[in-house]
Order: sequence, then C-alpha cells, then structure tokens
Amino acid sequence: MKSEKKIKTTAPKVSAKAQSASAAPAKPKQKLSQLRVDYLARVEGEGGMIVKLKGDTVTDVKVRIFEPPRFFEAFLRGRRFTEAPDITARICGICPIAYEMSAVHAMEDACGVHVTGPLRELRRLIYCGEWIESHVLHIFMLHAPDFLGYEDAIQLARDHGDLVKMALKLKKIGNDIVTFVGGREIHPINVRVGGFYKTPRKKDFAELEEKLKWARDAALKSVKFAATLPFPDFEQDYEFVALRHPDEYAFNEGRIVSNRGIDIPIREYEDHFQEEHVEHSNALHSRIKKRGAFFVGPNARYSLNFDKLPPLAQDAAKEAGLGPTCTNPFMSIIIRCVETVYACDEALRIIEQYEQPDRPCIDVQPRSATGFGCTEAPRGILYHRYRIDNNGLILDAKIVPPTAQNLKIMESDLANFVPKFLHLPQDKLTWQCEQALRNYDPCISCATHFLKLQIERE
Amino acid sequence: MAKKVVKTKPKLAVWKFASCDGCQLSLLDCEDELLAVADAIEIANFLEASRAVVKGPYDLSLVEGSVTTPHDAERIQQVRRESRYLVTIGACATAGGIQALRNFADVKQYTSIVYPTPQYIQTLKKSTPITDHVFVDYELRGCPINKMQLVEVISAFLNGRKPNIAPNSVCMECKRRGTVCVMTAYGTPCLGPVTHAGCGAICPSYDRGCYGCYGPKETPNTTSLSEWWNAKLGVKNEDILRAYRGFNAYSDAFRRQSESYEK
Repeated sequence: MKSEKKIKTTAPKVSAKAQSASAAPAKPKQKLSQLRVDYLARVEGEGGMIVKLKGDTVTDVKVRIFEPPRFFEAFLRGRRFTEAPDITARICGICPIAYEMSAVHAMEDACGVHVTGPLRELRRLIYCGEWIESHVLHIFMLHAPDFLGYEDAIQLARDHGDLVKMALKLKKIGNDIVTFVGGREIHPINVRVGGFYKTPRKKDFAELEEKLKWARDAALKSVKFAATLPFPDFEQDYEFVALRHPDEYAFNEGRIVSNRGIDIPIREYEDHFQEEHVEHSNALHSRIKKRGAFFVGPNARYSLNFDKLPPLAQDAAKEAGLGPTCTNPFMSIIIRCVETVYACDEALRIIEQYEQPDRPCIDVQPRSATGFGCTEAPRGILYHRYRIDNNGLILDAKIVPPTAQNLKIMESDLANFVPKFLHLPQDKLTWQCEQALRNYDPCISCATHFLKLQIERE
Repeated sequence: MAKKVVKTKPKLAVWKFASCDGCQLSLLDCEDELLAVADAIEIANFLEASRAVVKGPYDLSLVEGSVTTPHDAERIQQVRRESRYLVTIGACATAGGIQALRNFADVKQYTSIVYPTPQYIQTLKKSTPITDHVFVDYELRGCPINKMQLVEVISAFLNGRKPNIAPNSVCMECKRRGTVCVMTAYGTPCLGPVTHAGCGAICPSYDRGCYGCYGPKETPNTTSLSEWWNAKLGVKNEDILRAYRGFNAYSDAFRRQSESYEK
C-alpha cells in the first residue's frame, strides 16, 4: 500500500445524504468484520481507530495514535523554570493557555509562591477566553456537523448560514479575550511565572465587555440549539475525574475529585493515577491504579461541579433537559454550550470587578524543589510536575494531557457502542464511531506529545 | 494533452506533520474571512476541519509540521507530487520546530526519558524542515504564523503573484507601531534585531523581549547581538545559547550561533 494510499484514503466517503437519512432501513446484514478509519477528521492531530468483531462480539478496539512523538519532557531538562510556559504552550495550538497555566502553577508551587488578587483573576479571564474559543470551535465546527449529517462546518454553513456566522462571531470573542490579555490567540506571550509581563488598564476593557454581553446571549442560544440535536441512547457508568474548588467552577486550582471517592490534593496525582505504554499508540494511556479507565472533560467537570455553576448556567442546563449529572458522552456538546455560557458570564464578572494591580507579576525565586500543577483545559485536567534545582534549571518534567487520560474510556466507549448499533449500515456505523470519539474533543497533538477508524470482523 | 477551459475553483489541501496544529488552526481562526475563503477556493483536503476529502492534484498545499518519522519522509514526497504549489506554514515546517532540539541531543536517550517502552517508538534522529526533503515554493514563518499573512499567501498564490511579506526584522515593526525599544530603554534582552518580522512585534509592546518565534530575518547579525547581550546586558553565555535554542533552533543562523557557545 504505502504512501500513495495512505495519503488518499483518508476519511471514508459517505455522502451527506446517506448520513442525514437517520431512519435508513436496515440493510440485509452484511458480513462486517472490521470498522476502520485511517485518519480521523475534525480532531486536532493524527490518529485512527480499529474495531475488530467476531460475529456480533467486539474482540478488540484500538484508538491508534500515530502523531509523531515530540519529546517535550526530554528537552525541558536543562531549561530555565521560567521557560516552561512558553515551551509547553507549543504542545498544543488549540489549548496553549492550559499548558501555560499548568506550567506556571507548578513552578510557583515549587518556589513556594501563590498568585492572588487581580493577577489570579486575570488568569481566570484568559482561561475563559480559551474555553470559549476551544468549545465553540468544537461545538460548531467539529461536532455539530456529525449530528446534522454534514461533512464539515462549511457545508453546514450552506444550509444554516446564520448559525455558523453566530458561532464564528462567538468563537472570535473567545479569541479576543485571549489576544487582549495574552497578546495573540495562539501561543500567547504575556503569561509568566508569577503573573504577567503587562496587565491591562481597566478602561481598555470597555469594547470587550460590550462584545461579551452579546456573547453570553449567543451562548444561551447555542445551548437551546444543542438541546434539539438527536442523541443516541448511550448512558455509561463512568468514573468522572475533575478539579473541584470550594468557591468557584474550577479552572486553575482545587482538589482532584471523582464520583468514586478520590479527593486528593494535586501533588498526590501520581499516587492514584498511572500511565502505561501500549504498542499501537504514541500517546501513553492513563489509568486509575487498581481500577482502570476514567473520564475527564466536560461531562466529568459538570457532573462533579454542577453546584458551583451560577444560576444562569444551571437554568440553561435544566432548560436543555440536563440533570445535575450527565453520563451520555454525546451530550457533551450541550455541556460545552453551558460551559460557554459560564465562561462568558465569568469573564463579565471579572471585568466588572477588575482593578489594575500595581505590578504585573510577583517575584519568584527558584529553589531546589518539586512543583505540581493541574488545571482544567477545555478537554479535561492537564497535569504538570517539574523538579527544579537552586538555579532554576529543570531537572525533570512530567506532563499528562487530558486526551491521554481519556484514551482508555474512548476505547471502552467504542467497545460498548458498536454492539448496540450493529444494525446500522457500515458507513453510518463508522461515522457514528467517529462521532463517539469526537465526543471527547480529542487533541492528539496533546496526547502525543490521534484518528482513522477501522472495524474488523473475523 | 488538451487543456480544459472549464472554470473550477482552485483546490486547497492542508497537510500535517509533527506539530501542535496551531498553524492550521490559524485558518479556522480567520473567523471574518473563513466563509469568503471557502467561497473562493475548494477546501479539498483539510482533515482538522472536514471528513470530506477530494482527490488531488491540488493547486495549493499548505504544509504544517516537520519531518520526524520514516513514514513522514515518504509522505512528503507524495504531497509534493500532488501539489502545484507547496507552501510551508510555521516554524516546524520551515525550521524543524521546537522538536528539533533533539538534533542537538541523542534521540535514543530522549525516547527512553519519555516512553517506558522505547522500542514501540519509530522516530528519526533529526526533526527536519520540509525544504530538506522537497522543493518548497514559499515558506511562511512563525510560531504560530500570523493569520493575516496566511490569507495574503493564499491569495497571492491563487492569483499568481509573490506574497507581499517583508523579510526584515522585528525592530522595523516596533518602530512602525511606535514601541519604545525594550533593550535600550530597559535593558531587557531582545531577539528582535535578528528575528524575522511578521508577528507585529507583540512582545515588546507587552514589556517583554522578543523570543524569536519567527526565526532569523534575512542577513541576521547574530554574533553582534550576542556580544551586545553579553557586554551591555550581562547575559551569560549559557542563557544566550538557550535563547537561540527555541522554536527555530535548527534554522541555519540560530543553529550556528548557539553551537558557537557549546565549546
């Protein structure tokens, strides 16, 4: 086969029509032995999947990651502790803020300082921007086309022009926040250990504030839109893991909690979670020690922290038919909309209460220590650990991105999903499997520091 | 072969090699221009955005990422064969990216630091820019690229003209936007004098020195700048070395300068 085929056989060709005909009559059952997608589309990075079947039994599921390894944890050794946010941002162009935030918190933890007041608020504000930008990108450009039977958002725009235009405007406002606070939308330059290089003046927020008021209303409309989408009946029994903070819907700080008893400080992460290396993946798979797969990201965050959402977001969720927990991963699209409402609302609160601090950062002196950081990237918790010496040089580094933590649960979702929907024609089943993976908004570039689908029958 | 005179939209393809996805995301970040771009061209292969794939050949291929695996070294040849114009986007594709830091180390050791079972990992000893493998029609710099420059490049190639992108330094951009020089005024080490323009000189406007995201400008005098850093700003050699060992570490000018500090 080799390169010729590899390049051309990307996503399977299925017409939009075939997809939207949801009530397609069950065809005489073809002998299906494998579902395979070589390059999964509408995800960040390169991966694929293969599902093997014997009769109606799934014998093997592999989410394959062939995104090439980039060795961040290796070349961070010997770099200055202050360089970690800028370098690790380059792991992911979609969620650089998450990397910058986990890195600065870990370094500050190592150096024994704690950033509070307006600087802490500005960090939450820039994170709101990343959540809006990343969530809206996924909701409308990557995920919604699946539910409505379109190959992509450009096709979606031909029939639903106003919706896509609203989405693009909303996404842009997320990027506007990141640019305003961080300097640019991808790999922002203004975040540093101890705070920022420069803080904005209160009066400069006026234009952004007006845009955010529109954005909050648009986000509420997108919750209503997402609630109308068709959802497969697929409730699963998950162990959800997320950050939890006593006073807020957690972004940067809190304890790591689960619905099965985990309640630990960030520094104990590695006592409870471990990574393993599997042959079909350039990303390490995470598991809870002695238990196995777990779920990070919107469903986990929402189900563990519903009580921390303000009434506006809670009411929007209730109107969309969500309870205080949600165990259907396909409904993550509604939760992303609810979290977008929250991020717009929280950004407005921060802007309203903001007072420019006297200095843009606090002094941080390195010392020989190990520091831990964990923050809520749009896709779930992102863990960093660094050991540094007295001169501030990094001795070793460990980074566990959210997609690596979700790989096991993505595989188990496919294993549980395929047998329930074997009556579907293969092209439709393949598409739905892709969609089941896109529920996790997988960021393969991150996970490797992943998607092709393949279903095989013996 | 008789030429058809059927008017069709030019076909655009976006390819990914080792990278963070940020540069191709820039295309989706063109919120105000995206639907207009999609009107003017056929987005024929862009997996981050669409599962629909139209067969090549393509009028314009945008290539993100560096070559780091044996398979990718083969794949880039195929991409070249299918592309009328091939434009590389970003520091990974034009200089090898941050992952080219392995080029100064032992990749086997790197693999064993990150992966418990190194034998599962297939990787090349070096992360190399696309131009080391195939002919490249144009290189757009940046980590990440500037999305307005991307729109300019797409528009230039589709109209058969040269992109209007200046190869001078970040200093020129500071002067144009009226930013006070952070090096002369505050003694902040800045790579601006040797770094390719394009970002809009963001860092100095945030009271921070340039850290070289766009790689070397044309004819950069890295030796002079390094001596200045050392003599006037008291920057230690090991930190000058680190400054050049960033996202464009394997570009000729930055590589040579950093290696001169290794002895």
